[in-house]
Amino acid sequence: MTITERIDIHPTHKYSNFKLRRGKPFPFGATLVPGGVNFSIFSSHATSCTLVLFKKHAEQPMVEIPFPEEFRIGNVYCMVVFDLDYENLEYGYRMDGPNDFASGQWFDRTKILSDPYAKNMGGRDVWGVMPDWNNIYQHRSRIIFDDFDWEDDRPLEIEPEDQIIYEMHVRSFTRDVSSGVPAKHQGTFAGIRDKIPYLKELGVNAIELMPVFEFDEFENSRTNPETGEMLLNYWGYSTVDFFAPKAGYAATGKLGMQADELKALVKELHKNGIEIILDVVFNHTAEGNEQGPTISFRGIDNKTYYMLTPEGYYFNFSGCGNTLNCNNPIVRNLVLDCLRYWAEEYHIDGFRFDLASILGRDPLGYPLSNPPLLESLAFDPILAKCKLIAEAWDAGGLYQVGSFPAYGRWAEWNGKYRDTLRKFIKGDATVGEMAQRLQGSPDLYAWEGRAPATSINFITAHDGFTLMDLVSYNQKHNQANGENNNDGDNSNESWNCGWEGETDDPEINALRRRQIKNAIAMLMVSQGVPMILMGDELGRTKQGNNNTYCHDNQLNWLDWQLFDTNLDLFRFFKHCIAFRRAHPVLRNRQHFQNKDYVGSGYADITWHGTQAWQADWSSDSRTLAFMLCGKHARQGTYTDNYIYVAMNVHWQANWFELPSLATGMNWHVFANTGATSPEDIWQPGTEPQLENQTGILLGDRSVVILVGK
Amino acid sequence: MEINLKKLQEIQVIELIGDVDASTAPQVQHEILPLAQPNSKLLLDMSQVPYMSSAGLRVLLSLYRQATAKDGKLVLVGLSEDLQDTMSVTGFLDFFATGETLEAGLAQLKETVA
Repeated sequence: MTITERIDIHPTHKYSNFKLRRGKPFPFGATLVPGGVNFSIFSSHATSCTLVLFKKHAEQPMVEIPFPEEFRIGNVYCMVVFDLDYENLEYGYRMDGPNDFASGQWFDRTKILSDPYAKNMGGRDVWGVMPDWNNIYQHRSRIIFDDFDWEDDRPLEIEPEDQIIYEMHVRSFTRDVSSGVPAKHQGTFAGIRDKIPYLKELGVNAIELMPVFEFDEFENSRTNPETGEMLLNYWGYSTVDFFAPKAGYAATGKLGMQADELKALVKELHKNGIEIILDVVFNHTAEGNEQGPTISFRGIDNKTYYMLTPEGYYFNFSGCGNTLNCNNPIVRNLVLDCLRYWAEEYHIDGFRFDLASILGRDPLGYPLSNPPLLESLAFDPILAKCKLIAEAWDAGGLYQVGSFPAYGRWAEWNGKYRDTLRKFIKGDATVGEMAQRLQGSPDLYAWEGRAPATSINFITAHDGFTLMDLVSYNQKHNQANGENNNDGDNSNESWNCGWEGETDDPEINALRRRQIKNAIAMLMVSQGVPMILMGDELGRTKQGNNNTYCHDNQLNWLDWQLFDTNLDLFRFFKHCIAFRRAHPVLRNRQHFQNKDYVGSGYADITWHGTQAWQADWSSDSRTLAFMLCGKHARQGTYTDNYIYVAMNVHWQANWFELPSLATGMNWHVFANTGATSPEDIWQPGTEPQLENQTGILLGDRSVVILVGK
Repeated sequence: MEINLKKLQEIQVIELIGDVDASTAPQVQHEILPLAQPNSKLLLDMSQVPYMSSAGLRVLLSLYRQATAKDGKLVLVGLSEDLQDTMSVTGFLDFFATGETLEAGLAQLKETVA
């Protein structure tokens, strides 16, 4: 059978030398169709729209084609332009309409606007190349092929409780020469791909990338008055285009191949059993406040895309100047389209939503009890297996850890886990709250039937101190940010171990290493999902700066030479991760019941202290131990070893009496942070038997992990 | 864009000269895709291709897909260091057998005969 050619692939209109036809409103954006490109863009308030076409990199447009009025369907302008060399094309729009601040309308025909649905973005093709500010079109929408050959790849769908997340910044990971990756891969997606063997050796099975949507590193760029150094928007929490990967993060960005490069990274990560989670920033855009640049949304439909005060000003729940109007139906669809696109076209495994509480606010900023956007995401068929992780607070004072509208789907960055662990590790007596955090925070989640994996457990993340700095500084030292040390969090719950900053004192340095090991040991035996910060396994420091958002230098770039100097830390992390992966009893799917429901003679979890079976819950207690019954692993569906964890955060050593095991089983030492490397930890499966089965001495500020088998 | 074809025994050698981008890719596609015949052995000499755009890389992948669908073999030779790196980081290289020189490529294709 011969298939007859469609009859709608022929031009019907002409403008100058360009052949046109009425387009299709869906999908929004620029789509390759037989013979041409379908351009489609929405604006509910524009009175006219013009398509502006450039040759790649050209200063001036090659043509401006007004949409004929008959090409508008509803509020969507759509048009097919035929015979375009779409590989060498950049496009944008001019929109005409009311310009009236008080009513929230910002139309301005003199501006060329990026397509909110552009799949590729030019203008910042190579990282750090100073832009020409006289260029009339800074962020240039481009067209790509979405036909990557994935072969059999698809997202890995690792069970949430089995994840071990490694949070990283694309450029920071391999930009430093010490990374050893080829010069042209340094600081790129390709560089991460080169380092997959390292991630595998460490044992993590998910990387979470700080923002990779196109942003402008030169946004608010300025000079540090002290050093003369250029300060950038280095972290990228300021989206220019929600559908385009950051060109400057691709070794092939100058060729416009960033989409393929990122997809190739995803495919290779998946081949190696590693998922990829994107940190997505839907709470605001790079257009900033009333003084910010007009890039796209503001000129297309300001009133629809942003939350505005009754006087026409931007609400600022993000702390970044504006707030995306996430529960407007149009914007909700944009977010949904965007995430579906990344899940479908890039095989992304999960998303972490920056300041996610904003996504639950109504157009006037009031928190909704049943936010449509969050519900849509939770029940979306394409996103059904994607991890959805909320940073469950915003800069407008909404704090929803434990109460984020979850629909059985959303996990949360558990800020309370971070704060409790930090306090406990530095020696605050917080055993009661600590017990909750170790169990996956049932106090926050069990009442609503939310699983332990709801809790993304972390002690450090990109915001705040690195783990080494957490044990080396009492205060933040953010002078290099050029804001008089006023930026960054003040409640770090850190302790410098006796000296502020670097020191030669061997005792202080030994204590710091022990504290780092205590932290990772506690994190890896906590129920929930552990997340570690890039470089913590190597003892990375940022010199006490807890907000390095603006530094494109060694303050952020990972120094891989640390691998040699801090091999003991890397080894400790690696074995702790392997231990967690080896023991399902550490990765339960439901909360503990505090009873024996399989007939093992032991409850699923039991609490101890310096005396077995008697935890010291008093308000000045600094000792805590617990035992997990291996026969209760995953509600008794697995038989695992017994695991005993003792924590002595006291400044003096303490003898811990051990709970006795059933006949035939003995305690073996997996980790003892009080011992010196390499006796501080053993490869899982090779743990030596403990000589004295009735008790063990924990040195000051030490953690011991035993395996009963 | 210049495309030279020659046969060395059962091996079809395709020599490309010039950039393969959106403007030349259709020509390349038109001329070389028909060469993917059942059990064909194709050697693509890239030593005179300074640059390939996205569209160019896609033509290569189309050729690969068509050749393998017909149980054929395809080897690329003479890729410049830059081009090889671009193909590697964008995932295209994973699909192709490569050789440094024409002789190395021919040897690879002959091995597959035996």
